[in-house]
Amino acid sequence: MRESVMVELKQITKTFGTVLANENVDLVVQKGEIHALLGENGAGKSTLVNMLSGIYSPDSGSIFIRGKQMNFSSPKASIACGIGMVHQHFKLVDRLTAKENIIAGSGGSLFVSGKEIDNKIMKLCEKYDLTVELSKRVQDMSVGEKQMLEIIKVLYRGADILILDEPTAVLTPQEVERLFNIVGRMKKEGCAVIIITHKLGEVMTLCDKVTVLRRGKNVKTLEIRNTNPKVLTELMVGGSVDLEIQRIQTENKHPIYEIKNITVMNSEGVKALDDVSFTMYTSEILGVAAVAGSGQKELCEALFGLLKLKEGELVFKGENISGKTPREIYKKGISMSSVPEDRLGMGLVGSMDIVDNLLLKEYYTQKGLFVNRKSLKAKAKELVERLQVSTPGIHHPVRQLSGGNIQKVLLGREIYLDPDVLITSYPVRGLDIGATYQIYDLLNEQKQKGVAVLFVGEDLDVLLNLSDRIMVLCDGRIMGIVDAKDVTKEEIGMMMAGQTLEMVKNQGGIYGESKSS
Amino acid sequence: MEISLFLSAAVIAGTPLLFATLGGIMNEKVGNLNLGVEGMMLMGAIAGFTVGFQTNNPVLALIGAGVVGAIGAFIYAVLTVSLRANQVVTGLALTIFGTGFSAFLGQNMVGKIISDGMKAKFAPVRIPLLSQIPIIGEPLFNQSPFVYLGYISAILLLLYFTYTSFGLNARMVGENPAAADAAGINVELYKYIHILIGGAFCGLGGAFLSLVYVPAWQEGITAGRGWIAVALVIFAGWNPLKAVIGGILFGGLDILGFRLQGAGLNVNQFFLDMVPYVVTIVVLVAAGVKKNSLNAPPKGLGNAYFREER
Repeated sequence: MRESVMVELKQITKTFGTVLANENVDLVVQKGEIHALLGENGAGKSTLVNMLSGIYSPDSGSIFIRGKQMNFSSPKASIACGIGMVHQHFKLVDRLTAKENIIAGSGGSLFVSGKEIDNKIMKLCEKYDLTVELSKRVQDMSVGEKQMLEIIKVLYRGADILILDEPTAVLTPQEVERLFNIVGRMKKEGCAVIIITHKLGEVMTLCDKVTVLRRGKNVKTLEIRNTNPKVLTELMVGGSVDLEIQRIQTENKHPIYEIKNITVMNSEGVKALDDVSFTMYTSEILGVAAVAGSGQKELCEALFGLLKLKEGELVFKGENISGKTPREIYKKGISMSSVPEDRLGMGLVGSMDIVDNLLLKEYYTQKGLFVNRKSLKAKAKELVERLQVSTPGIHHPVRQLSGGNIQKVLLGREIYLDPDVLITSYPVRGLDIGATYQIYDLLNEQKQKGVAVLFVGEDLDVLLNLSDRIMVLCDGRIMGIVDAKDVTKEEIGMMMAGQTLEMVKNQGGIYGESKSS
Repeated sequence: MEISLFLSAAVIAGTPLLFATLGGIMNEKVGNLNLGVEGMMLMGAIAGFTVGFQTNNPVLALIGAGVVGAIGAFIYAVLTVSLRANQVVTGLALTIFGTGFSAFLGQNMVGKIISDGMKAKFAPVRIPLLSQIPIIGEPLFNQSPFVYLGYISAILLLLYFTYTSFGLNARMVGENPAAADAAGINVELYKYIHILIGGAFCGLGGAFLSLVYVPAWQEGITAGRGWIAVALVIFAGWNPLKAVIGGILFGGLDILGFRLQGAGLNVNQFFLDMVPYVVTIVVLVAAGVKKNSLNAPPKGLGNAYFREER
């Protein structure tokens, strides 16, 4: 058995300033094994694999690759050892082509042409069932294509130890399936695969073993066949968790915000939203499902008046509000809490404390030259208490809080201002299980209060369970708006990939076709 | 013939700009905005002049200019790459340093003139077939070998960045240093090498002024050409070959005043002196308005890279 051990980490410790990211972590991965790393945010998973890939170097502990002790000083040394990492945020250069991205840094010949390189890439693609358009620029690629490219890049360098950091977070269900096939092939070829994910379902279907981390420490390593999602969750969180998301039935639904045929351009002058129409109802959560970059960001911004409409109109409580400024729209009772990728979000100022961030949305209603913080201090305290924001105090800079707590402050502020319409995108992105469910509860609470909620999410299971209706966007168009009760995850996935609701329902979509052939 | 003569003068006036622009491109391709071009030009100018004046050897003079330009760039590289200092501030400091450095070393050189024997070595050499091309042949291909060195450098740089794997790696460093690092490229090494070579080009640009164009030493001999080169990098869209065209164009603007006066046109001298700088501003504004992804600056331009940053 010893010879088949590909990766062995012993007593790894790593600190960032005063933060202990990893403490005495052990990990063993065998040849032909798919090993999951599981843990909440900040459990130290990414830090751990980044030490394998040479990005960070451990403070103490040792790394053995195929039984030999290694001391990686750079990613280059790690690559030379056969380790390939696909980072959560792709390490690709947008302006270069696929081929250039693959060969850059791989050494070899002086010139970047030649058929041998193409042939080598094509052979790899055949072996692992991958596809790539070599002359396509990364900026023109979908997320799925980019990930495929990252994998090819890693294999081209001869990696047989593959690390995937949250590979499925941004993929459609079909793309996830494709990815799993590829990973399966690698396993057969004798590669060792380490995969980081939040999604327990994936761990159960794909992996052989799982190691759970909590707060930077090993909790346990288990064989997948000897465990189940409930056990894993409890190991991750360190206690029992209720994983049910409830869809609360509400009465008293009536239209409040009508979006009529809006078309919006993005910053490059391309149509980001194309003739989009729908209606939001009170006491309802309208989920939005779409692959990243399909226009959901522009949709949120357009509804809030941040983007100019090229065509169409917005009707709120019977009044046409298109062309109004965000502040005017906001005063009418429409709130937005958007969580873009940088996590600090739109609307919070990182270096300010919670009180000042609350003040940002109120100062202009106050009279006189000076601002009054008194009432807001009370509000801030209430917010911290009710949402269980863990912070040293209400006067602590928001930036230094963890991602989950920042998001709670952001969402909390919007909710405290009693909106009629709440627009929220990716409110749980990057949050751990505990914080995630608190946010879901908050959204449900708003719905019960009669608020019309627009919820842009990425986890389809959650969208299906939490939303009343789901709107699917693809390339800035609405593919369909469906009742969450009578649609499956696969159907949503096909719509996200560009099939309309009728196509999916009538033909049975791509799965139906492949069955009949 | 009048046009030909004017073009010929424009090519000469544009050569220091060309070298400095190539230097700027080398810096910016690996993601470093170097505003010290003016400083490095001055350092190269005084070094080239001093060596040339003392030895009367053109090759040694050019080597001296390049090496001293690269030394200026080395200061900048240590600060911005290894110590991750702010690139803009460091570049400005380098310009101030270079100005003082050249003024100090040039104290006893002011007014000295390059010997006739040395001038002869930089005299125009006609290239047989190419100089026969109508209108542009004579101005482009009956020039000092120093000018040809500029063309050759531009072509080599273009080939380097487009076709070689080292050039590709360098571009990757400039676009996304984190991606380059993850792909196994030594980011710091690439930055150092390109910044140093860039500094050498700037030094050569300065030396062209003091050895060929003037050819004597005067304080502040570059007269703001380094700043025009910073803008020319943008004008050329980070393309070395377009830098040749940009250099000639701005060289032409530079000499427009003399020529118009020579032709007996009564235009205010101060107005004409202003023209190159006004056009620079116009070019920058135009480049800002026109968004084109292939002409865009390297994405990592101006940012320090630190691997363990969270």
